Amino acid sequence: MKKFGFSYRRRAEEQLADQLNDHLQETLDASEDALFSFADFDAESAERTGYSDYSYWGSTLRAFFQNKAAVFFLVVMLAVLLFTFVQPMLPGQKDPLEIHTNAWGLPLNNVPPGTDGFLLGTNAIGQDLWSRIWAGTRTSLFIGFCVALVEAVIGILVGILWGYVRKLDFFFTELYNVLDNIPQTLLLILISYVLKPGVSTIIFALCLTGWLGMARFIRNQIIIIRDRDYNLASRCLGISTGRIMFKNLLPYLVSVITMRIALAIPAAIGNEVFVTYIGIGLPLDTPSLGNLINTGRSLMTMSSLRYQLFFPVTVLAVITISFYIIGNAFADAADPRNHVK
Amino acid sequence: MAKYITKRIFRSLITMLIILTVLFSLLRLMPVEGYFENYDKMTQAQIQAKMNTLGLNDPLAVQMVRFYRQLLQGDLGTSTKYRIGVPIRQIVGEKIGISLTLGLISLGIALTLGLSLGVLMARSTKTRFRIGDRLGMVFIVIVQAMPSAVYHILIQFAGSQSALGKSLGMKMLFEMDDPATWVLPIISLAVGNIAYYAMWLRRYMVDESNKDYIRLARAKGLPSGEISRKHVFRNAIVPLVQYIPNSILLTLMGSLYVESLYSIPGMGGLLVTAIKMQDNALVQALVLIYAVISILGLLFGDILMGIVDPRISFAKKEDAR
Repeated sequence: MKKFGFSYRRRAEEQLADQLNDHLQETLDASEDALFSFADFDAESAERTGYSDYSYWGSTLRAFFQNKAAVFFLVVMLAVLLFTFVQPMLPGQKDPLEIHTNAWGLPLNNVPPGTDGFLLGTNAIGQDLWSRIWAGTRTSLFIGFCVALVEAVIGILVGILWGYVRKLDFFFTELYNVLDNIPQTLLLILISYVLKPGVSTIIFALCLTGWLGMARFIRNQIIIIRDRDYNLASRCLGISTGRIMFKNLLPYLVSVITMRIALAIPAAIGNEVFVTYIGIGLPLDTPSLGNLINTGRSLMTMSSLRYQLFFPVTVLAVITISFYIIGNAFADAADPRNHVK
Repeated sequence: MAKYITKRIFRSLITMLIILTVLFSLLRLMPVEGYFENYDKMTQAQIQAKMNTLGLNDPLAVQMVRFYRQLLQGDLGTSTKYRIGVPIRQIVGEKIGISLTLGLISLGIALTLGLSLGVLMARSTKTRFRIGDRLGMVFIVIVQAMPSAVYHILIQFAGSQSALGKSLGMKMLFEMDDPATWVLPIISLAVGNIAYYAMWLRRYMVDESNKDYIRLARAKGLPSGEISRKHVFRNAIVPLVQYIPNSILLTLMGSLYVESLYSIPGMGGLLVTAIKMQDNALVQALVLIYAVISILGLLFGDILMGIVDPRISFAKKEDAR
């Protein structure tokens, strides 16, 4: 065996040496022209240099969908959203405004949950709480989305101008001071005095001052980064202000801005609760999470009626938690430093 | 910097003038019925007489000049509806101390706990199971998820009605000379701020700790405690610093929910009450106070931000836009 193995190895070595020699000979035989020929210009391969398949939003989405908790809450959020629209079309739903009475014409008030076909019971005047909660969620989400959208658009635009353009600093600082100090209560009372109280009025009223907080938030962030070296470099190269704002400043802030917007929607709903608390919110015939929670809050001392607070608060909690988790996960995903593992 | 600050204070005076003028005009737009308890039963002559004593029949300009003249003499006026005939200086003076004391204690607690929780959470994101981060997140989510009107009630109930609260002798309502009754309102006031500061500090610290210079510091072998204290925290705190003077000054305003729940005789809700009662003199005085507070808050915030991060400058620079 040993002898055979040895000879095999020798044979293999010889073969390899022959091959190498042949290859060397071939190369030497080839003429110099063939070795050093001019390469043709190929437009396609020229384009290929420095190509990367990195896409910012693609990577952000991929990082976002890797977060299981965030995806779960995204599904929950979408389900709630879908259900608020589907619910009135389901069979056997009651009208949120109808006052239910028994055979003697007396209102079926404060029926505990699960009895007489009322899934979540009825309120103090005999309206079905289940349908009121879904109608209220629909109203409140609508208010929340509208106010947050306006807040984001105006707030970001004003904030970035206020923070970056020093000539406008005076104007916006004082505008902020004026608007921030006119009491919201006074505006709301005056608006509800001029316009009919309702959903569009409250959206208008909340939008009127809602963007101030967002603008100040963005402005503070911009002031921190506006004189960093890379912005200075851009200015020295003569890049226009608009381009610096949208290419240098805003992308840097994507993560904090998304988090802030995600919190703006529940905040708008919370603000509506506050406005109802001081007594200038939506009229009671427009159910909203605000007036449902407020009604429930006043009944909290009676433990048998606590369900009237518990159910609307649960819905509000689910919405808020979903937005918070989604916003936080998206903010993490939006940071490009988290894209490369 | 000094030049910038003087300029801004000077401008703020103009702003104050605008705020008060706008407010003054808005208040005069309020319905006339609001000034009277039983408007329907009064005769036209009675209404006119009352309007005259309130000085509401004069032209707007005359009313405004009268108001400013009074103000320049350091007189905030007297309440016309809330507590009739009592000088506003006295009303505010009685209330402001309570709100300020409670607010400052709770803010102190909130800053200490909130910032430490934020640091803890951010540091724990680098550990394997992220236990600190997850637990902190649960706390923040709970506080964020409940409307503040609801968790204040929960704290009041759990604190004073549960077995534990009763054994500690907690009372449901606030009493000025019993420090034990101060505990629950202070907790109520602090909880939201703890969550707020922890949430944002964590966000900023996580963003900061992904930067290259931190990676270098780690590669150099710097202990992680030192990295988060000397590098991450110092950079992450800058955006929060802007809000701290404002938060301190805002404690003067009190909290509407908490003060009405524990029946604390503070500032919270005074403005809303005054507006709804249409006590114009009181509204004007309160807005004046709040405007001074918030303008100073923004200014101090900017100054503090410039001190904490020397790269930030408000002074006009060469080549700046």
